[in-house]
Amino acid sequence: MADLSTTYLGLKLKNPLVASASPLSEKVESVKRLADAGVSAVVMYSLFEEQIIHESLELDHYLSQGTESFAEALSYLPEAGKYTLAPDAYVETLRKIKQAANIPVIGSLNGVSTGGWIKYAKNIQDAGADALELNIYFLPVDANITSCELEDAHVKLVADIRSQVQIPLAVKLSPCYTALPNFARRLVDAGANGLVLFNRFYQPDLDLEELEVTPRLVLSSSQELRLPLRWTALLYGKVKADLALTTGVHTAEDAIKAIMAGANAVMSASALLKGGPEAASKILADMQTWMEAHEYHSVERMRGSMSQGTVAEPAAFERANYMKVLNSF
Amino acid sequence: MTKTMINLDGNEATAYVAHKTSEVIAIYPITPSSSMGEYADEWSAKKRPNLWGTVPLVAEMQSEGGAAGAVHGALQAGALSTTFTASQGLLLMIPNMYKIAGELTSTVFHVSARSIAAQALSIFGDHSDVMACRQTGFAMLASCSVQEAHDFALIAQAATLESRVPFIHFFDGFRTSSEISKIEQLSDEQIRAMVSDELVQAHRARGLSPEHPVIRGTAQNPDVYFQGRETVNTFYMACPGIVQKAMDKFAELTGRHYNLFDYEGAPDAERVILLMGSGAETAGETAKFLTQKGEKVGVVKARLYRPFDQEALLKALPATTKFVAVLDRTKEPGAGGEPLYLDVVNALFESGRHNIKVIGGRYGLSSKEFTPGMVKGVFDEMRKAQPKNHFTIGIIDDVTHTSLEFDPQFSIELPETVRCVFWGLGADGTVGANKNSIKIIGEETNNFAQGYFVYDSKKSGGTTISHLRFGPKPIRAPYQISQAQFVACHQFGFLERYDVLKFAMSGGTFLLNSLYGPEEVWDHLPREAQEGIINKKLRFFVIDANEVAKATGMGGRINTIMQTCFFAISGILPRDEAIEEIKKSIKKTYAKRGEAVIQKNYDAVDQTLAHLHEVKVPGKITSTTAIRPPVPAEAPDFVRNVLGRMIGLDGDSVPVSAMPVDGTYPMATTQWEKRNIALEIPVWEPDLCIQCGKCVFVCPHAVIRAKVVDPALLESAPPTFKSKPASWKEMPSMRYALQVSPEDCTGCALCVEACPAKDKTQVGRKAINMADQLPLREPESANWKFFLDLPEVDRTQISLRTLKNAQLLQPLFEFSLACSGCGETPYVKLLSQLFGDRALIANATGCSSIYSGNLPTTPWAANKDGRGPAWSNSLFEDNAEFGLGMRLTVDKQSEYIREVLPQVANVVGEDLVTALLNADQSTETGINEQRERVALLKQRLQGVAGPLAKDVISLADMLLRRSVWIVGGDGWAYDIGYGGLDHVLASGRNVNVLVLDTEVYSNTGGQQSKSTPRGAVAKFAAQGKGISKKDLGLIAMSYGYVYVARVAMGASDQQTLNAFLEAEAYDGPSLIIAYSHCIAHGIDMRKGLEQQKLAVQSGAWPLYRYNPNLMAEGKNPLTIDSKEPSIPLDQYVYNETRYRMLLQSDEARAEMLLKQAQDDVKSRWEYYKQMAAMHYGGSETGND
Repeated sequence: MADLSTTYLGLKLKNPLVASASPLSEKVESVKRLADAGVSAVVMYSLFEEQIIHESLELDHYLSQGTESFAEALSYLPEAGKYTLAPDAYVETLRKIKQAANIPVIGSLNGVSTGGWIKYAKNIQDAGADALELNIYFLPVDANITSCELEDAHVKLVADIRSQVQIPLAVKLSPCYTALPNFARRLVDAGANGLVLFNRFYQPDLDLEELEVTPRLVLSSSQELRLPLRWTALLYGKVKADLALTTGVHTAEDAIKAIMAGANAVMSASALLKGGPEAASKILADMQTWMEAHEYHSVERMRGSMSQGTVAEPAAFERANYMKVLNSF
Repeated sequence: MTKTMINLDGNEATAYVAHKTSEVIAIYPITPSSSMGEYADEWSAKKRPNLWGTVPLVAEMQSEGGAAGAVHGALQAGALSTTFTASQGLLLMIPNMYKIAGELTSTVFHVSARSIAAQALSIFGDHSDVMACRQTGFAMLASCSVQEAHDFALIAQAATLESRVPFIHFFDGFRTSSEISKIEQLSDEQIRAMVSDELVQAHRARGLSPEHPVIRGTAQNPDVYFQGRETVNTFYMACPGIVQKAMDKFAELTGRHYNLFDYEGAPDAERVILLMGSGAETAGETAKFLTQKGEKVGVVKARLYRPFDQEALLKALPATTKFVAVLDRTKEPGAGGEPLYLDVVNALFESGRHNIKVIGGRYGLSSKEFTPGMVKGVFDEMRKAQPKNHFTIGIIDDVTHTSLEFDPQFSIELPETVRCVFWGLGADGTVGANKNSIKIIGEETNNFAQGYFVYDSKKSGGTTISHLRFGPKPIRAPYQISQAQFVACHQFGFLERYDVLKFAMSGGTFLLNSLYGPEEVWDHLPREAQEGIINKKLRFFVIDANEVAKATGMGGRINTIMQTCFFAISGILPRDEAIEEIKKSIKKTYAKRGEAVIQKNYDAVDQTLAHLHEVKVPGKITSTTAIRPPVPAEAPDFVRNVLGRMIGLDGDSVPVSAMPVDGTYPMATTQWEKRNIALEIPVWEPDLCIQCGKCVFVCPHAVIRAKVVDPALLESAPPTFKSKPASWKEMPSMRYALQVSPEDCTGCALCVEACPAKDKTQVGRKAINMADQLPLREPESANWKFFLDLPEVDRTQISLRTLKNAQLLQPLFEFSLACSGCGETPYVKLLSQLFGDRALIANATGCSSIYSGNLPTTPWAANKDGRGPAWSNSLFEDNAEFGLGMRLTVDKQSEYIREVLPQVANVVGEDLVTALLNADQSTETGINEQRERVALLKQRLQGVAGPLAKDVISLADMLLRRSVWIVGGDGWAYDIGYGGLDHVLASGRNVNVLVLDTEVYSNTGGQQSKSTPRGAVAKFAAQGKGISKKDLGLIAMSYGYVYVARVAMGASDQQTLNAFLEAEAYDGPSLIIAYSHCIAHGIDMRKGLEQQKLAVQSGAWPLYRYNPNLMAEGKNPLTIDSKEPSIPLDQYVYNETRYRMLLQSDEARAEMLLKQAQDDVKSRWEYYKQMAAMHYGGSETGND
């Protein structure tokens, strides 16, 4: 039996396969199924900055709408005893998952600006999270914001969150940074213990009949592995942080590639959403088979074996072209 | 024992005790008692126990009659049971009340006394309802104030258990039920001490049990019924003594002393007023005031009205009494006097006190103000040589001259009481902020506090006026403030409409929310405001609250900002302390809603003071503007002189002579009340418009209209009037004009959402888009006026079967008082367009009756020929029967005219008679031709001698096809009116029922009905409704001869149109169930149509038509018009707060109910699908 164990963010994991943030972590039951299927850790679904602020404002708006105006109907909805708004529900779910599942649980915050909402980092820690993942999901659409300002703001956000919590902190990034290695290093200097490469931006679609912009969720495929794979290989050994590869991990081969590129952990969501939590068992079993067939005794031994610093042609990672980039559908 | 002081309204004060002392509570919503049931339901939902440690069971019933029946049953089975009601609701309970009393059963019904619908409905307070119960055998105990409502709820409970006589405990609707007051709260120990366990157990022991069975409720014959009726006498004789005993015990426990009749005033009074309810508080305070001035006057407050204890009354009257004026807050037309008056006359007569003169009068009907000036007017009348008997006070009766004169300026306000009046806009949060201020002052200082709130009858954009008093002494002033030290106007626009400063007293303070700063505001004030400020020497402050609200994310809610200003200026609390308290209050109020809400309110408080400025008042009037008249000068006399006064908040000055005698009002008066409440209005872009008519179709207020006109008529159009070539084949070379009424639009933007036409180079631009109203107001008003004068489409020239054509029909329902973006009114408007010129409409009480018929102005209109919907509202529970009655009349009288018509053939001509009798009126052309024949018939009979000719003329209109519509909400159709509706549908008669299904009782504030879907939160279903929605359509289909359609305009406008046309054409009963999005769903009303679409796509609201006529053709009558559910239910429901809030308050239950609701969708769909697939080949089914 090959030794699949690894460490990520200081956590000792029984294998590198981590369930990344997805609706699967919304329920204790499905997290238990993930754990039973063998994943070594789970990243909770994300708590969004917008949720923390807007859900509260929205509830207030609709409970207040039309009230105290007409004598026969001074209100239209009853007051509940207590509302469990998204942040509280999140923390509560995390607490329950932590109690129910015997694998590490990584909380996930998704936001871009520093402010009152980041106190939830501490709440997540207090609820028992083993680590925290900060998902910086930002589209710089304002032409007045420079890349320097943007990076400074994000580094500050990481530092602010670092000051709130003691548990390990990973930062999930988008690939769209001008000078990623430098930025990655700054994030690590600000307190990040790990980097998660990369976030997938769900791209809106256009409805040609209705002439409307429509949200459309498309799950990833193995073809999308290449981008994070490349940057994992590039960053491995260059930043003092653990690396997790996410996006496009659907098979054992994908996972093995990620590890060879330098990932401490590989994260999967789409594959688990498509195939159910049990898809994890297959990936892990296939990994075992592959490693045994190829005489790899441990994941530790594989890690980084094909990073930029270790391959015969380091320049291959820099010169790769996009001719083979495929449309997934 | 430490006293606990609390601030609450009369309903909560009452419900608190009722909930503590009950096991079973049966409820049904009716204004103004609804909140008592809501409190009880909410407390039980939160597991608040009663005195015995168990949580009372609260059950919502289908009507007040049902609630009374349930209470009766609960009592008979041995529970402590109660209910809350008012007005018509109480009337529905009367049959059970006789039974409950006849069986000597202990219970208390808590009633916020309200007017009874007579010439008109009124939701406001008087004693008409309770006085209609004085013969039932219930004891009647009247509270005068919030404190008394709290106390008497308990005294009544104690007395009913001991006396076995059931009680009505009542207090004045709105004045007491909704007044917030600082009162001393009864402790559990005090309540416990008043309620004897022994008596409770005795009550239980009398309950029915198979362990010791008895029969109760027999039928008796002439031999013994009479004797049986007399058996209760001793109980009634003992009852007053028991009540007094309870009052005495209560006094020992609380220090608050009450008697059956309480006297206040000079010990040697000669002139005494006797009355009950909140008016007695005003009268008592006035008597004390006048006594201090040396007048020999007093007031007797009647507490226990039934059983009427003559001895106690006489004991309360000072021996010096020479004259008693008895005031009744009710009217009994045709009686020798009102009830309380007659009881007093009888008491004095029977006791031989012939030396005391008595007069009686009426006051305060429908919450008409009853002030110290009116009390003094009555005292003064008693001094006259020939005082009026059967007088009225508070109105001008210039017909039968019953009214007494009084001095409206007379005041007895305590100088140390701070009085404040706030003018707010319905949605701006003013009332909520004032309620908070009362709590702050009431709880954080030793001051007593009182708040009373006057609301508009409009469901959106209405005015609120808050009356707040604070002072070191208990506030016993249940009347509105007339002289306030502080007046705040939260909307600048009010200054142009009302004399806002009429409430201000000299030397007071005026706070104005103003776009204009301290340097510039003065010149923007109308003359009346400038005069008021100068003449009354007011300190004047301004704040741009809207700017602060915008900057702090408060949107349109300026409540916190204005509240901060109030505290900063009024000095009731030190400024810093006040701000701290406001913030504490914000935290308490909004903690449940999340920190972001708290934070934005904090930000608003923090930014307020920097924007608050005192204005240096110039010494002279500079204004060139004045308060504009409420209606334009060209309005008809009645609108100007009567309705206009009401619009200008001066309806109190309308004399009796100006009012219609029988509740009949002219049509189309909303057109005169230009409300200008929209900040943005739709603007038409002809270049993009495809003339589909969807915007016209969905407009809830009929402010967008389309016409196809001869180009020649547009030559004199105003310069900005728009039109484009019309795309109607049947009307070539014409122009199409789409016009918005800028001053009637409410800015809901449903039209923009409905518009399918997008600019291909800029898809965000549609054929209709919202734009600022102000710059458009003047030019578009001119365009609207021009548009209205253009000819309407000739209905005989177009087919009504397409939406494109239907949009051209003149709406005969316009500018209603409905909410902005209302989901009901587009259906009502469609009805008026298609059939309005020949429709009789019976409308159930509810939202639709209020926006249809609440004065001052009403939306039902007539066309240029004077034809339009004839509309009436009877009651809530009887609407189907009411409409059927209309049909029966149409059927009978048209039968009769057809019988007699041949008898005038020799006069009018055989051909005409034959044509009249055989007319095909299935088309607009046919109807039109028949109208011409009827006109000819009348013309030929004109001047013909003999009764027959006159008879035929009087009924000739019955030869025209009528369209009878029965309209109401789901509260009516599914619940209170269901029995009648079922019967009417079963009758086979040609009526058309339109159910505006909002899935809650919208008008009374969102209580669940049997239409409420599983998983939705509603009042009385605070934990989310656990059972599925009743399938009214399926039940109706089971008859086989009822046309049934389920429609949702937002999902399919054409299917809606088809259903209306088919239903009306069907010669039998028809039922249309129309999805009506509603503010009670907690949605963005602009997205209402989208929600309708999602409801259909998810399968929550399948569209179908069930047309029995198809059976005769061998076809299946059921056509499912929507596609198989294509999205999961959560994509529809979780856009709505009513569902989402359950997810936020009880996620596990929400998920369970969602799953069950999803299963409901599936099984219902399968069921319908199977029904629609059934083979009907060859069968013949008629309406028999």
